Amino acid sequence: MTVAIAKERWASRCLETVLGTGPRQVKVGGDATLPFLHFEGEIPNPPVVALEVFDAPPQEWPEFLTGAYEGVLSDPVAWAKRCQDYGADLVALRLTRTHPDGENASPEEAARVAAAVAEAVEVPLIVLGCGVEEKDAAVLPEVASALSGRNCLLGCATQENYKSIVAGCIANGHAVIASSPLDINLAKQLNILITEMNLEPNRIVIDPSIGALGYGIEYAYSIIERVRTGALMGDKMLSMPVILLVGQEVWKTKEAKTPDTAEWGEHKKRAILWEVTTAVSLIHAGGHIAVVRHPESLQYIKEHIAKMMQPQKY
Amino acid sequence: MVILIGERINGMFKDIREAIINRDPEPVKKHAILQTQNGARYLDINTGPTVAAEDQPAVMEWLVKVAQEASPLPCCIDSTNPDAIEAGLRVHRGKAMINSTTADQWKMDIYFPMAAKYGAAIIGLAMNEKGVPKDAHDRLALAMELVANADAHGIPLDELYIDPLVLPVNVGQDHGPEVLEVIRQVKLLATPAPRTVVGLSNISQRCPNRPLINRTFLAMAMACGLDAAIADVEDSELVDVAATANIILNKEIYCDSYLKTFRQR
Repeated sequence: MTVAIAKERWASRCLETVLGTGPRQVKVGGDATLPFLHFEGEIPNPPVVALEVFDAPPQEWPEFLTGAYEGVLSDPVAWAKRCQDYGADLVALRLTRTHPDGENASPEEAARVAAAVAEAVEVPLIVLGCGVEEKDAAVLPEVASALSGRNCLLGCATQENYKSIVAGCIANGHAVIASSPLDINLAKQLNILITEMNLEPNRIVIDPSIGALGYGIEYAYSIIERVRTGALMGDKMLSMPVILLVGQEVWKTKEAKTPDTAEWGEHKKRAILWEVTTAVSLIHAGGHIAVVRHPESLQYIKEHIAKMMQPQKY
Repeated sequence: MVILIGERINGMFKDIREAIINRDPEPVKKHAILQTQNGARYLDINTGPTVAAEDQPAVMEWLVKVAQEASPLPCCIDSTNPDAIEAGLRVHRGKAMINSTTADQWKMDIYFPMAAKYGAAIIGLAMNEKGVPKDAHDRLALAMELVANADAHGIPLDELYIDPLVLPVNVGQDHGPEVLEVIRQVKLLATPAPRTVVGLSNISQRCPNRPLINRTFLAMAMACGLDAAIADVEDSELVDVAATANIILNKEIYCDSYLKTFRQR
């Protein structure tokens, strides 16, 4: 008696999004199957990992995280190069200084920083606003214009502020991150609204607003799974690649912040594993771009991806 | 996800009949485009009863070509004449659907090999020369014959569409619940399950408020698991019902623009 390998016949596949220009361009998506099920369909591009760069020295980071970026914490250009040297597939610049409750840096100033960082690295650039919707709606179009033709990924656009951000992306040849609050219905609707502005669907990346391990990761996991099965079953408005903003969620958890304890063990090991486990779990759910902070996390995640990209032998 | 098959390119309708007589492609193209825009996934093509049997293959060939020039959709080639069906399949682009065979052995022996040869899906009517069965059990027995014969010819069972035969509600009222029961039970006949299809507009023949009857029955049949319907896709509210039932059955992920996404699938 022989065993037949059961293979799902999917009707469709994920869209492929190209980011950056030149030899270190990154392609994500295009999957014709569930994550790493090579025997069932083609996986043309492995998931990728980005490291985060801040435009100002971050507060409240543990020493072993700031230590990885010693000497470059006040210099986003040098910091971005360090990330590239650590092996990041992409660099994610976070414009924290534009926050209205903080420095409230102007869109022009933010655009200058973004342009300098883009100039310095060869890998594709992700630019993230401060998260205040009105301010991002003013800042990101200015950034889009300063980075014109570099094919960056800008975000996050929400249902409240997508119009100006998407217009900036269309005018300057960028892709956009469409962000929704752990709600697949809103994620789909936002993609429809954005495509109705005539941005091509393969220039959109879904941010489902993940929760970290222990803090709602299972909600994100099931939503990402449903996005993937939707894409494979032919739902064009859920066929976009998924970005996981892991670092921002993980490094605010108790487990990543609490120093060595007898109960929880070594701080550094625990925090990095928290970041790795969150990212890897959600990559298995169907995520395409993981944005993390610690270079050791990057290494572990990339090793895992490399192993998972080896096809099964049947 | 219910597949709507646009019924409008049929010589039974006056404009198509005249288009066939004059070999005027415009009315055919018009309905091909309109039905495509409204969310059809197949275009039913039928020469109608007035074309002489010997002319049917040439007319079918012409209709398929004209429809596919105007629309990217595949066709559901609808005839009781095997030569006409084969003529349509020969010029068809993409994966066609044959409409239809009955459960009569001599017909299954013609049409299933044809479906296999052209890689077409095929509709099997749950009836034979004795007529339309009275109840669900007799229809299911004929559906099983269709399943067994399709399988013997290597037709994937999810490319076999069982039509349980809808009758007009004013004269065949007792058939309504039987048809719904067949739609439910056909899924138990094989794995993967055969699909189901109905000629939807038949439910309202010679009744008042035809669109209302059609839409209501579509929602009821979809709740029983209907996979496809040959229907008036130019009735926009009918398509809205299909889209809405699709959402309520959790066949497509909800979004506020669900009426639009259904048409764009």
